[in-house]
Amino acid sequence: MHKQTVRRRRAALAVLVAASLALLTAYFGEPAGGALHALQRGVLEVLAPIQEGTGRALKPVRDLAGWFGDTFSARSERDKLLKQRDELQQEVIGAEAARRENQQLRRMVALDQTGVSSYQPVTARVIGRSPTVWYATVNVDKGTVDGVRLNQPVVNGDGLVGKVTAVTHGAAQVTLITDHSSGVSAKVVTTKVDRAGNGVFGLVQTAVGNPQDLLLDFVSRSSNLQKGDRVVTAGSRSSRLESLFPPDIPIGLVTKVDDQELSQYQRVHIKPFADLRRLDFVQVLTRGSQGPASDQASGP
Amino acid sequence: MSLTAPLMARLAALAVATVLLQIAAVSQVSLLGVSADLSPLVVMSVGLLCGALPGALMGFGMGLFLDTALLQTLGVSSVILLAVGYGAGRLRELRDPTNALIPIPLGAAATAAFTVGFSLVQFLLGVDAPVSLLLIRQIVATVIVNAVIALPVYALVRRVLIPVLPDDPRRRRRRAYVTGGLSPISRS
Repeated sequence: MHKQTVRRRRAALAVLVAASLALLTAYFGEPAGGALHALQRGVLEVLAPIQEGTGRALKPVRDLAGWFGDTFSARSERDKLLKQRDELQQEVIGAEAARRENQQLRRMVALDQTGVSSYQPVTARVIGRSPTVWYATVNVDKGTVDGVRLNQPVVNGDGLVGKVTAVTHGAAQVTLITDHSSGVSAKVVTTKVDRAGNGVFGLVQTAVGNPQDLLLDFVSRSSNLQKGDRVVTAGSRSSRLESLFPPDIPIGLVTKVDDQELSQYQRVHIKPFADLRRLDFVQVLTRGSQGPASDQASGP
Repeated sequence: MSLTAPLMARLAALAVATVLLQIAAVSQVSLLGVSADLSPLVVMSVGLLCGALPGALMGFGMGLFLDTALLQTLGVSSVILLAVGYGAGRLRELRDPTNALIPIPLGAAATAAFTVGFSLVQFLLGVDAPVSLLLIRQIVATVIVNAVIALPVYALVRRVLIPVLPDDPRRRRRRAYVTGGLSPISRS
């Protein structure tokens, strides 16, 4: 009797392990349009309304927990912001004059300065989030029926959030810029060095295990970057390799510059503007990078 | 422990509820810079309460559901949670731990096994990105947060499953004491 129980338990274990490994192998080997991927999208379709309901019901709990966290970090954040305010006041004075000049010039060349609204943003509620540091993804409650398509950029009020990597009828998965598979062409707007606003170009990636610290790679060592410089999307537009992201969407602030002696590039650390750990609403830019200035070269 | 229909139904409901709660709420709350992960704790609790086979089945099922709902690589969470559930179940069958605080170290161990196992599988599958040393800090922080919530999670799982459990270890031990200290093992 005991031997039979042991045999049955071991057989069940072997079957489950084999099934897991078979699933893993099949999933890893199949293309994005394969049967297992389609099954996942189907499940997401079914689960999206339930996730949305659960998310709304549990929002007070999330907010309460967030309030405790915010209170702990409020003091250090205040000091940092006061310092930042003083610096920004100096910059605003110069920027105001530049803005007026810029508006006049834009009118002269008949360009419409409408910002993100020209990319037909669709506001979506975040209904789920991956718990592991290896997948920085969120699920949102808008899908193909709302005009959401694969690879469309996603932003929020603070800056760039990510891009759509899976979409169903009524829901979509957004891979955040802090995911290890993400890469965004970006430029540094170096106000102190380059007043023309051309900036230094590079590729924003992330290091697994440190989602609050983005890395700007492939930046030449000769570039004179400083802490506090702003990083925005480059939005390169060539006919062959068009960027998925529109130009000039804020990404983050330069926090540190590592000068790597053995490399021709320096590694720039960026703190993202968007608080990617606490997203409630995002905007999917349903016109992708095809904004009003899509026929204008705005990148390298 | 035999797998009865009511037990299976409760395990399935528990798995669905845990995954939904995890992705809709718990993952969006940050403590010590990380989110708590309920899945290894629930699977560990099921293993500890029900045994190796139900623990393994719960781990497989919940892992599959988690990977499906989050559009992750299918089978990764399944195979690791399966090991977590089986391990906790075997511990119950071989050692029958009596200490009321046992869910805390077991929860920490289950979380460590899950996070480290997940990372190893990701390395094996090939990660095309730099991996920060802070990953270790993230894993340690997750283990600490999960250890803190392990006891209430275990109590909640026990409360859900207790009506369908044929012999709860605590009740069994109390009866054994009242009847004059007979060994619980001799009853089966």
